[in-house]
Amino acid sequence: MSGADIAIEAEGLTKSFGGRKVVDNLTMRVERGRIHGFLGPNGSGKSTTIRMLCGLLTPDSGRGACLGYDIRTQQSEIKRKVGYMTQRFSLYADLSIRENLEFVARIYGLARPVEAAREALLRLGLEKRAEQLAGELSGGWKQRLALAACILPQPDLLLLDEPTAGVDPKARRDFWDEIHSLAANGLTVLVSTHYMDEAERCHEIAYIADGRLLAQGTIAEIVSRSGLATYVVTGPDLEALAARLKATKGVDMVAPFGMALHVAGRDAARLSEIEREFGEGAPQQWTRGEPSLEDVFIDLMTHLEARR
Amino acid sequence: MILARQARASLARIHAMFVKELIQLRRDRVTLAMIVGIPLIQLLLFGFAINADPKHLATALLVQDDGPLARSFVAALRATDYFDIITAAADEKDAEGLILSNRVQFVIEIPPDFGRRVIRGEKPPLLIVADATDPTATGGAVSAVTAAASSALDRELTGPLARLAPAPAPFEVRVHRRYNPAGETRRNIVPGLIGTILTMTMLIYTALSVTREIERGTMEALLAMPVRPTEIMLGKIAPYVAVGGVQMGIILLVATTLFGVPIVGSLLVLGPLTLLFITANLSVGYTFSTIAINQLQAIQMTFFFFLPNMLLSGFFFPFRGMPLWAQYFGEALPLTHYLRIVRSVMLKGSSFGELAADSLALGVFTIVAMAVAVMRFRQTLD
Repeated sequence: MSGADIAIEAEGLTKSFGGRKVVDNLTMRVERGRIHGFLGPNGSGKSTTIRMLCGLLTPDSGRGACLGYDIRTQQSEIKRKVGYMTQRFSLYADLSIRENLEFVARIYGLARPVEAAREALLRLGLEKRAEQLAGELSGGWKQRLALAACILPQPDLLLLDEPTAGVDPKARRDFWDEIHSLAANGLTVLVSTHYMDEAERCHEIAYIADGRLLAQGTIAEIVSRSGLATYVVTGPDLEALAARLKATKGVDMVAPFGMALHVAGRDAARLSEIEREFGEGAPQQWTRGEPSLEDVFIDLMTHLEARR
Repeated sequence: MILARQARASLARIHAMFVKELIQLRRDRVTLAMIVGIPLIQLLLFGFAINADPKHLATALLVQDDGPLARSFVAALRATDYFDIITAAADEKDAEGLILSNRVQFVIEIPPDFGRRVIRGEKPPLLIVADATDPTATGGAVSAVTAAASSALDRELTGPLARLAPAPAPFEVRVHRRYNPAGETRRNIVPGLIGTILTMTMLIYTALSVTREIERGTMEALLAMPVRPTEIMLGKIAPYVAVGGVQMGIILLVATTLFGVPIVGSLLVLGPLTLLFITANLSVGYTFSTIAINQLQAIQMTFFFFLPNMLLSGFFFPFRGMPLWAQYFGEALPLTHYLRIVRSVMLKGSSFGELAADSLALGVFTIVAMAVAVMRFRQTLD
């Protein structure tokens, strides 16, 4: 893989605020043209990492490059080529949609800002609301506007910080369709999210917690690398069973999913002993299952907490 | 070639900021109204209200001699227009009470046998008790008393009493009160008001501009865009230079039509120098904006800067009356230089050449303030 195929490369990125390490020795790599999901609980360092990548925060140590530009020394090139969508809506509430887009087009020095803004309006279906003030828009429309502003200068890389937080399911689906069509045209996207269904729409994901990267790769890779054996348990009295299983050595994760209980362990042999021990003669049904991405993440988090 | 292209791109970004600020200003109806309202109201209020040479001051009379000399003296005092005799005090204790209760500014006491003692050549005292807590309020009146007294007595001391009249001085003193012969406060205060009003409005406009972006969360998006601190600053300052120009126009119009303050010099001198002064204040405000964490802090800094400008620039009190260190301090304030410029151009007709030092000071001040602002501007969220 040559350097030109890499959109984001970070090595040992570290950032502290007030003595607390928010991002700790983070190493990651994103290939061009991919949609890379960035997952992790609140306060895990996702936003801080994204801000370091687009030059808004200076790392304490480590190095990184976006589109081949050094994040410490070439911020102005990065700003020109990278679209960053902030977690909180950060366009001008007292400007209309059109005025906001024209402002962005002018700042990026587009040849015909007015036309560029109009094209962006059409592409994202915002033309009917063009004269509406941005501050009066609902969450979904604000997000659309923010995305339109991000892609207006035709960046090569999009950094999206929780773009779908507080957006309804329909708008979320439209948003992801748009992201996929952009990626199909060669754009690289790094998108942070809380939602598992969104993670599954990504080509690759990175999972961080406490500022540390816990897993990275395609979903299949992450699931298989986790080495988890999983059983799906159905039947009565699952809550009592869950409590007993949690206290059992060899069970690394117990989590309820709807009417079922997911039970996972790293030692497959030990887990099948447990299956016999708890399953024989009991009213519940034990079936061997594939671990889901969520199982893996819950397991990762449980381990992290146990180590602390 | 490359340089020219970069300059064009930079101008385009300044233009983008300029248009954005202008739209935001246009949407802010209250601010729009205040652009016109503040200078108009303040000019009318202060222009009419402030008078450094007050007349018709409340006076009490304590007369213990009702002879022709005393009566003539009281009449002369009345004729100065400084004294409105509103009451008579019965005795000294009563007179003291009138002053303590702020009912009168002056008590004029004519001692018993005043007339007879003058004629005997005893030089009896004429006592004028002034409430001099505010020296400006009493200064003019007190200096008018001596002249009034001698002219009153001159008229009375005729015939055999003429020997008592003071001899005229062997020379004549001529004073030319140029540029403001009648000593009207307005001619001094109204041009000064142009400076103070512009200082206040300009400081506030830009003092809030960066902190507002931070507080509204728009700074993060702005910083992620390829726009430089200098471009943000110039784009944010430019619309308010125009606003300052409009305010200047309003004030000048009112000053000349309503207050009758002349513009002896050229508007072509006053205009550009006023724009320079406006830019100086906008730069200071913008600098505060880059230092302050929030809008409240920015406002506090603005007032911290505004007060010395008001008090040490020569607006309220004579600049040359201050101790030397205070004068040096005053030289560092833009209003000091602008007051000299605006008063000189409007009242004396000074030209660019005569105002070169003050213009240069304003220019240097502006550049320093802008440099500090650009250096202080935080380009990251660290």
